[in-house]
Amino acid sequence: MSKRSLLRPARFDDLGLRRALSDRLLPALVAAMTFLAALTLAGVMVASSVAHHWQTGAAAILTVQVPQPGTDTAGGTRLDRVTTLLRGSPGIASVRVLSSTELAELLRPWLGNATQASALPLPAVLDVRLSPGTTEPDPTLQGRLSEVAPGTFMESHGLWLQRLTTLARSLQACAAAALLLVAGVGAAVVAVAVRAGLAARRDAIDIVHGLGATDSFIAGQFANRATLLAAAGGCLGAVAALPVLLALASLASPFLDTLPSDALLPTLPMPLWISLPILPLAAAAIGWLTARVTVHRWLRRLP
Amino acid sequence: MTQRDSESMIRLEGVGLRYGSAEPVLRDISFSIPSGGFRWLLGPSGAGKSSLLRLLYLANRPSVGHLSILGQDINAATRRDLPPLRRQIGVVFQDFRLMPHLSAFDNVALPLRLAGRPEGQIHADVEEMVRWVGLQRRASARPAELSGGEQQRVAIARAVIGRPSLLLADEPTGNLDDRQATRLMQLISEMNRLGTTVIVATHNESLVQRYPGRSLRLAEGQLINDV
Ligand SMILES: Nc1ncnc2c1ncn2[C@@H]1O[C@H](COP(=O)(O)OP(=O)(O)OP(=O)(O)O)[C@@H](O)[C@H]1O
Ligand SMILES: [Mg+2]
Repeated sequence: MSKRSLLRPARFDDLGLRRALSDRLLPALVAAMTFLAALTLAGVMVASSVAHHWQTGAAAILTVQVPQPGTDTAGGTRLDRVTTLLRGSPGIASVRVLSSTELAELLRPWLGNATQASALPLPAVLDVRLSPGTTEPDPTLQGRLSEVAPGTFMESHGLWLQRLTTLARSLQACAAAALLLVAGVGAAVVAVAVRAGLAARRDAIDIVHGLGATDSFIAGQFANRATLLAAAGGCLGAVAALPVLLALASLASPFLDTLPSDALLPTLPMPLWISLPILPLAAAAIGWLTARVTVHRWLRRLP
Repeated sequence: MTQRDSESMIRLEGVGLRYGSAEPVLRDISFSIPSGGFRWLLGPSGAGKSSLLRLLYLANRPSVGHLSILGQDINAATRRDLPPLRRQIGVVFQDFRLMPHLSAFDNVALPLRLAGRPEGQIHADVEEMVRWVGLQRRASARPAELSGGEQQRVAIARAVIGRPSLLLADEPTGNLDDRQATRLMQLISEMNRLGTTVIVATHNESLVQRYPGRSLRLAEGQLINDV
């Protein structure tokens, strides 16, 4: 008896699927799908993160500018009077005067470092937050502000925020649709490959079917192979997406305060770190399920 | 014939078979074989011997009539009921139907593996069977590398390795020399003596004369005697 037949590998390929479902095309296509899914996922997360950021951190902001804040009037400086008025108004949660350093930081793109030393007459800027549930300030507020300190200018971000949130939501919905589409195309790719494998092994399947193999056994053989190939493709795609995602993250970091922009290496947001390894698992699951369903349906033609 | 299904291994009543919409290849076949029985299946080429065996190894269902095998009513059986029955039936196909990508050894081992027998228990049995059909030196060869007679011996070994309750052999000596044919008939007789129900389809009249037994004779798709 020869060595070849005695040294049977533990998971033997009775149906010859190693050749019928080759390790070239399917993993490559699944890798491409996974790559797309990773990019889409990154898109979803950036959109969610931006939406979240604006909804909580910066929601319903009102900016109030007071020119010549230090000028004394009857009830204290102009700034004091505005602050008092705002604090006493309904629907306002907090009022904070930006420090001169913060102001300088805001203006630096336009004025450079000159602001620190210069004697430019800068207005005071107040960061006003509305109480939760309020998106627009009281319509009479501007009039009352002008009364206590003429020239005071109020800017509401409510509508703009709403539009930004809507945009973020739409982006999320599109990304979710794209993910579903990618998963669907991935399943179709697996189904086509499995059907080609079934056609290539038609005789072998007839034989084992005749010898009493159950549909589950035959489907299981295909599913094992498809799962392996899809998982390999998934890993490949996820690994290939990693450098792209890191590059995108480093580009996006200045806009997202959740990311430390001063880190030596750009890092990905936590949800992306978690979902990236899930992609190959999802690819494997799609491969397994699609192969089983495809084979079971195909086998119904046999008696 | 008043045997109940539980006593007869095979029972056909008015069975007919047609492939697609062509003329029926089997018509109004009725017979039964008790458990442990032996039958030759005789008739000229094209009479329908292989077609009748196809019904018995559950590769086709009857187009009309009633069929029961191993005590199971096949007309009422679902697809799920059939694999366990098939595993109790050993078949030597006229065209062998070996797995082209598997070695002779692995072809013989296939029924045991499909039955879920642990790998450790398979080797000794398969080795013995491969030796018995005289292929120990060719165990690792693929079917394409074997002669017709060698392939037939692999097919025979695969059919009997699982100690089936029912053995169906379609022209099993077609590619064997006299000595091998005699050995095969000795094996079949021995299995039959130990309780296996056997049907052997053949053209080989001299073999039938050397091993007399009851026979089913087909002509143009009809049973002309059951003696
Ligand atoms: N799959 C099939 N589709 C259509 N017709 C078939 C099929 N298989 C067999 N036949 C036809 O059925 C008839 C009986 O064929 P079968 O193979 O059962 O004969 P047989 O008695 O086994 O012949 P042989 O002794 O030559 O093997 C023949 O006319 C054949 O052409
Ligand atoms: Mg025939």
